[in-house]
Parts: sequence; structure tokens; C-alpha cells
Amino acid sequence: MSLLHLAIVSPLILAAFIPALYKKFANIHTGWFLLPLPIMLFSYFLQFIFQTSQGDTITRTLDWIPSLGIDFTVKIDGLGLLFALLITGIGSLVVLYSIYYLSKEKEKLHLFYVYLLMFMSAMLGVVLSDNMILLYSFWELTSFSSFLLIGYWNHRERSRYGAQKSMLITVFGGLAMLGGILLLYLMTGTFSISKTIKMAGELSGQPLFVPAMLCFLLGAFTKSAQFPFHIWLPDAMEAPTPVSAYLHSATMVKAGIYLVARLTPVFAQSSLWLWIIAITGLVTLFWGSFSAVRQTDLKGILAFSTVSQLGMIMSLLGVGAAAFHFSGKSAVPYTVATTAALFHLVNHATFKGSLFMAVGIIDHETGTRDIRKLGGLMTMMPITFTISLIGTLSMAGLPPFNGFLSKEMFFTSMLKVKEAGILSLDTWGLLFPVIAWTGSVFTFVYCMIILFQTFSGGFQQEELDKKPHEAPLGMLIPPVILASLVVIFGLFPNILSDSLIAPAMGAVLQNILGNGESFKVEISHWHGFKPELFMTVGVIAVGFFLYKTSDKWIGFYRLFPEKWSFNRGYDRTLELSQLGSRRFTSLYMNGFIRTYLVYIFSFFIFILGLAMVYEQAFKINTDDLAAVRFYEIMLVAIIAAASISILFAKSRLTSIILLGAVGYTVALFFVIFRAPDLALTQLVIETVSVSLFLLCFYHLPKLRKSEGRIGFKLVNLLIAIGVGTIVTVISLSAHSSKKFGSIANYYIENTYKKAGGENMVNVILVDFRGFDTLFEICVLAIAALGIFGMIKLRLAKGKNE
Amino acid sequence: MKTNDIILQTVTKITLFVIILFSIYLFFTGHYHPGGGFIGGLMASGAIVLLLLAYDIEMVKAILPVDYRKMIGIGLLFSAGTGAGALLAGKPFLTHAYTYANLPILGKTSLHTAVLFDTGVFLVVIGVTMTIIQTIGESD
Amino acid sequence: MEILMSFLIGILFMTATYLMLSKSLLRIIVGTGLLSHGAHLLILTMGDLKRGAAPLLGENAESYVDPLPQALILTAIVISFGVTSFFLVLAYRAYQELGTDNMDRLRGKEGHE
Repeated sequence: MSLLHLAIVSPLILAAFIPALYKKFANIHTGWFLLPLPIMLFSYFLQFIFQTSQGDTITRTLDWIPSLGIDFTVKIDGLGLLFALLITGIGSLVVLYSIYYLSKEKEKLHLFYVYLLMFMSAMLGVVLSDNMILLYSFWELTSFSSFLLIGYWNHRERSRYGAQKSMLITVFGGLAMLGGILLLYLMTGTFSISKTIKMAGELSGQPLFVPAMLCFLLGAFTKSAQFPFHIWLPDAMEAPTPVSAYLHSATMVKAGIYLVARLTPVFAQSSLWLWIIAITGLVTLFWGSFSAVRQTDLKGILAFSTVSQLGMIMSLLGVGAAAFHFSGKSAVPYTVATTAALFHLVNHATFKGSLFMAVGIIDHETGTRDIRKLGGLMTMMPITFTISLIGTLSMAGLPPFNGFLSKEMFFTSMLKVKEAGILSLDTWGLLFPVIAWTGSVFTFVYCMIILFQTFSGGFQQEELDKKPHEAPLGMLIPPVILASLVVIFGLFPNILSDSLIAPAMGAVLQNILGNGESFKVEISHWHGFKPELFMTVGVIAVGFFLYKTSDKWIGFYRLFPEKWSFNRGYDRTLELSQLGSRRFTSLYMNGFIRTYLVYIFSFFIFILGLAMVYEQAFKINTDDLAAVRFYEIMLVAIIAAASISILFAKSRLTSIILLGAVGYTVALFFVIFRAPDLALTQLVIETVSVSLFLLCFYHLPKLRKSEGRIGFKLVNLLIAIGVGTIVTVISLSAHSSKKFGSIANYYIENTYKKAGGENMVNVILVDFRGFDTLFEICVLAIAALGIFGMIKLRLAKGKNE
Repeated sequence: MKTNDIILQTVTKITLFVIILFSIYLFFTGHYHPGGGFIGGLMASGAIVLLLLAYDIEMVKAILPVDYRKMIGIGLLFSAGTGAGALLAGKPFLTHAYTYANLPILGKTSLHTAVLFDTGVFLVVIGVTMTIIQTIGESD
Repeated sequence: MEILMSFLIGILFMTATYLMLSKSLLRIIVGTGLLSHGAHLLILTMGDLKRGAAPLLGENAESYVDPLPQALILTAIVISFGVTSFFLVLAYRAYQELGTDNMDRLRGKEGHE
């Protein structure tokens, strides 16, 4: 276990102590105990920059299930490190923010922070593991913790709905991804990502290649809320705002992006990969920004804006994969798309994080997030306003903020697609920049909505529950840090380029570069009067026009009726599947134990009968039989008679006594068959059992003979005879065909040698098979406690009443 | 229950000790002859059941003030502890050891850790049986 | 003897099944009791009957009967005792609380799954 492994699981370890800390130090906000961990992890990961920027990778392995090729392999390369820094960095800020956002008096903080730590661990695991099964495990853990965090305020119906929705969609994608992992494994024979990437060249022709790719994409698209799976993200906004800022904008939703980036070297030779990702990304970009304009809830706008920004990053990754179709120098122009994707990833985390936190502050201080109720907050919350101003302008793509840089690069890449003329892109190529531009216009519009509807215009105190004022300092620090990063990255983008982006590109675009080469990334504000610049100017002009005249466009935005939305589709599907499975289940699960027993016994007869016929196993061998004596026949007759007469017993006393008779006779059989231990046990047990029956006797119901119709009895009789026959047949055949000798000799030989005993049965029980006995007495103890509980708890309840 | 059981009560007084002694004999002899923890435990609980039949529950409680549920726990600890003891010796869980010793009076006697394990079984069986019977009896 | 035992086991299983399919709780419990007797005898018969002395080395015999089925059965006897007594108390409590031992009437109501 190396320090790296420890770093990944350290949040989980801390999580184990959180409940105790929460209890012990009730007057200190639990968040303070957490805060040092992400900061430490951030600085720990920061030191790897020197190695990754040299193009080195660090790999540490810990055996997990070696026999299946599953191990805990951690690999740090440029891409993983970029994400790890995002996770821990934003994580630190979010924890600090949450300390002020969540009240320690009202909230169940221990739960919140345990979930958050669980998520942090899982997310680090996703981006750093080099084993696909490990990746998948952490992947599902992120879905799981996201579910818990969305449903954190579980008394709200919407929270539960959103949690369930996100769980269903992301876990569905996760399972698809598992399928993809297994398909890849069938082709490569390894779960290791690095090895798979090395084998990439041999994969593309194989029949399973495309199915595997589609499975992975399904996983990535559901997680990163790509169209049409984006519907879970807006509902996930029911989570507390720190969670939205952390999971649903900065980190978890980027897991899908990470997956696509990570697997680009494996799948990118296929043009299908490029097409699917680029088009899905663009559609998501357009639909997300278009839907954002219609929202009235600030977090709703941000949710759809996240969807659209994720679409943008996704489409960039898709276009960047085109580089794999060229070699040498001609590939370089396409790598700009990948650069843009990674750069925008960081930018998005900064400006969207700060915006979410600002919205959280507004919500916290005014009590609402509805833009129709808000307005005129500029003077009351100047710092929040400044943060929002920087965030929205960056998101809208205005200089000098970092959003402008990545948006320019985005336009450049989309224009490149048009020029490329490969993969029959030229005919449809024009659509790429057009959709990209339209999406950006709407992005501009909703950015303006966020900014102006909230902060300018008339202040409406009568709509608000409390008097708004600026947030406490601790709540402002995280968004201020993020906003200043927006400005810093905007002004000096090249601090990121060599340290983080170029190494990450090296990981995404492996196999393109020769040995020793590395990517040179230069990001600048001014490219001259090129189409990109005119596109930006166009975005601003048209966007501003649309915003100013937005009242007239409402009808257009509402063009798509709610009824046809994907949400409706999801709801109906869920409803119908619940209804359908309920109907189907109640077809055979009718609540009668007898019915179930009939199923069990019928299946018993069927499957064993089938096996007997199919294997032609039935055999009677009369050679090797023990002798039969007269008294044995008597005993057999007694058991048979007693057990059959139980069927006709009219009173409960008779049936109990008959059962006892069977038991004692069985004990006699044990004597005859030379099993003294069994005989003794059976005798005593039978005595205790019968006295138990008699003890309960007075309380037990009378036997009634109202066993129902003849048909009912006939079915019972048939099944009973069937079971009896099949058991007899099996018993006969088991005796008659011995495939191998008894293993008893081992015990006969070793009882004295190894265990120093003479009674083999007892030695087997306490020594050779001691573990079984241990569990057996556990079962007994559980039964006794169960009985005790059944009787005593009722008495206690009775006393309370 | 009934109170006029003089014959039963008298017989119980005598036989009780015989049965209990027999159960202890069965328990210890288990490694060599028929017997062992299960049988011994059941036999001992059989003796207590006899006591219950002859007298009433309150009386038996006064005679044997044992918390049978605790007995289950102690028994389980005994068995699991014997098993875990092997771990301390660096052997797999539940590996038993035995040795022979020359004790005064008894002469050459074998000493087994398996007996400790069986003691656990013995206690659990008594505990379980008596818990069941006692709770049912008390529920009236 | 083994063949005779096989038929006896068949009869035990048959009666046990019939009892378990009936509607009365007590009959079901008695049925499970019979079923475990049948199963014990089945295991014992499978290991061949009467082929030597009881599995005690003190007997100093040429051959011993198979000790393994016996160990299995010993475990099974004790477990079935635990289960039977649990059932018994369950039936008794159910009868006390609900006033019926008819399995049809003990069935959960619609919407209470």
C-alpha cells in the first residue's frame, strides 16, 4: 500500500471517524475537521506536476483479486492529475463554503460529510485507477454518493425524486459501461487501461469493438448528462448548493468527460467515435443552452448551462479525436480541439463553481432563487455581484476572462471540422460551426438573464422572506478565490498550458506523438481578424438583442410543450414499468404460502425427474444390500403407519404423539444402523421437542378438518406422491450407483492420528468440521433469541399499553 | 401448573442428579465414546425440563438462578475463542491441539483444546433449549 | 435393507409434503418435522447401512460405518430442533395475535407487500 493508495482512500478513512467527531464536538461545525484533508491532498497532488510535465507517469499496484486480473493499480499521468487537482482543489473550497452554508444546529452534518468524503474518495479513484474494474467500482460509488447527497434533504419529495432519477440513469449507464469493460476484456484479456491502450491498434477490426465502444459511450453520456440523458441533472439541483457546485458542475459530471478522454486512444481510430461524440456534444450544447433560457430558477439555469457546457467539452473531445486519422504534422491542427476541451474543463470548474456558490449565497440570504422575485441586489450584495459578474461574463465568452479563450478555441476547432474534408465531414461540416454559434448565442442570453434579472432592476422586498444583506466572509472566500482564478487564467492562460494541459493532452492523444515529443500549448487572446473573432462579436450582438427583446421570444422558447419533454417520457416509463412489473409479479406471487410451496415442490419434481431421465440415472442394484431382519420390517411398518396416520389425525394431541412416535422409531433405526451418537441425540431431542409441543399445546389452535374442496386435496395428494416417488427413486439410484468410494477413510485413519480422539463423529464435529459446528450453534442461538424476542417483546409492549 | 405431584417430585429429586451426572459423563467421554457437547447439553437441559415439569417455573428459577441467554453468549465466546486461540499460535482458525498428561488419581489423561470448544457447544445447547422453554413457559 | 429404507424415506417425504401443503399451521410444522426425519434417513442410507462397527475406534473393528453422514445428521438434528421450535412459537404467536391458523387468512392484505 503506497502513499498514493492511501491518498485515494484517506477520505473514506476519515469518513469512518466523522460520526464520532460529530457527536463528541457538537459545538464545532463538523466541516472544520474535514477541511484539512482536501487541502493536504491538493498539495500532495500538486507535487506530481513536476513529474507529469516531464511526460512521466507514476504507477503503484496493490493486489486485490490477482486471480481475475483485478488489482488496485493507481496511475498518475497528466489527465488523471488534472482531474485529481480539480477534485481536491474545488473540494477544499466547497467544504469551506459548506461550513457556512449548512447550519450546524439544523442539519445532520455527520451524514452530509460522510457522503461528501465518500464521493471524494470515489472520484479520486475514478480518475486515478488504471484498472477498469476498479474504475467501475469507484464509478458506481460516485453515483451512489451522488444519490445520497441529492436526497440529503430527504423529507422533500423533489429531493427524493431527483435522487432516484439520477441514480437510475447513472447506474444504468454504469452497468452499460461494465458491459463495455467486459467486451473489451474479451478482446484484450486485460483489465489494465494502459495495456489496453497499447493494444489499441489491434482492436478496431474486431466485431466486438463497436458494441464495446457504444457501451462505454452510454456510460459516459449518462454520467456527463449528455442529451438525451441530461434530464437527471436539473432535478439533481435539489441537493444543497455546495453539492451542486461540487458534484454536479465541477467534478462528478465530468467523470464522463474523463472516460471519453481516457479511452480516446483506444477508440479514436473509429470514425464512429468521432461522429457520435461530436454530434451528441453539439446537440447537448444547443439543447442545454436553449432550455436554460426558459428557466426561472437560478439553479435551474445553471443546471442547464452545465449541461450545455458539458456538451461543448464533449464535442471538442470528439473533434480532437480526428487527430488520430492523420499522422505527423497534419494531425496538429486537430489537437487544438483537445487543448480547448481540457482548458475549458478547468475554466468551467472555476466560473461555474463560483456562480453556483454565488447563487447559493443569494438563496441563503434572500430565501429564494426565483428570478421573477429577485432584482436590484447589486447594492446590497456588492461582492456577490462582482463574483457573478466575472462568472457570467466568462461563461458568456467575453474577454479578458478565461471563458473567452476557450470559446475562441472552440470556434476554431469547429471551423477546422469544416475544412477538414475527411471522413465525409465536408458535406455536413458546415453544421458544426452553425450549431456551435447558435448554442453560444443562447449561452450569452442566459448569462445576461442570471446577471441582470438578479442584480439590476427593481428590488422587490415584498416578494422576499428576509431582508437581504451580504454573506459572511467565510462564505465569500471560496467563490472569490474561484473568481480570481477566472481572471488569472484569463490574463495568464499559459501558467496552465505547460504544467497541466500539455501533459494531459499527452495522455489523451497517446500514440500520436513519437518518443520524446511533447505538445506545445500556446494560448493567446489575439489571433487577428479571423472568423472566430467575428463569430464572437456576432454572439454578443445577437445575444444582446435577444436578451433585450426576450419578452417577445417567450412564445418561441415555450414552443416545445412540457408534454413531449424527455422528463415526461422518463416519468411515464418509470410509472409503466412499476405498474407492469407489479402486475406481472402479482400473477404468480399471490400471497398464499401454499402456492409458493406448490411451485417449489413442482419444480423439485420436475427438475429432479428431468435430471433422472436425461442422465438415465435410474438404477437398482440389488447386489450389495444389508440384510433385513424381521424387527426392522416392524420398525419400518411403524414409521410408515404413524406418518400416514398423521394425515388423518383429528386432534392436535394425536398428531403430536404420532410425530413423537416417528421420532423415537427413527432413533431406534439409528441404533440398528450403528450410530450411537445419533440415537442418543435423537432420543433426547425428541423428548425435548415433544415437551415443547405440549408446552405450546394449550395455546395452539385446534386442528380443523376444513381442508377445502376435493380438487385442492387432489392437487396436494398428487404433488405429495410425486415428491415421495422422486425421493425414493433418487435414494435407490444413489445407493445403486457409486461413482467413487467414500471419503470416510480419511476420517477413520486420522481420527486418532491427527485429533487424538476415538469417536469419529464427535471428532468430525468439533475438530475436522469445527467451523460448521461453530456456525450451527450460532444458528441455534439466533433461533433462541428470535423466540425470546417474539414472546418477550410483546409482553413489554403489553405493559406499556 | 398442577401442584399435587408428590411422586413425580420425589422421583425427580433422585433422578435429577443421576441425569445431570450422566450428561456430564456423556460430555467428557465424547471424544472417545458416544457423547459430546450436543448430547450432553441436551441431556442436561432434559434434566432441567424434568425439574420444570415437577415443580413450577418460579421454583426452578430459585433453584437455578441462571440467565440462559448469557449462557448462550458465553458458550459462543468459548467456541469462537478456542478457534481464535489457534490464530495466536499462528495456525489456521480452529486448529486444535492435544497433549497427554499424567494427572494424580486419573493417571494418563489426554488434554484437548477440542474439549474447550465442546464446552462452548454444551453451554450453547443448554442455553438455547432453556431459553426457548423458559420463554414459552413464562408467556402464559 | 437399503431398498426398504428408500421406500420408507419416500413415504416420509410424501406425508411431509402433503402436510406442508395443507392450510393449518400446526400440520405444516408437523410436516417439516417429518421432512427432516426423512432427510436424515436419506443421508444415512446414502452412506450404506450396517457395513461395520459403530464409528468408534475403541471397537477395534475391521471396518466401520461411514462417520461422515452421521456427523452431518447430528448437525441437522440439532438445527431442525431449533427451526421447529422457532416455527412452533411463530405459529403460536401468530395464532394469538391474529386468531387464526388458516394460511389463507394469514395472507397479507393487498397493498401490504
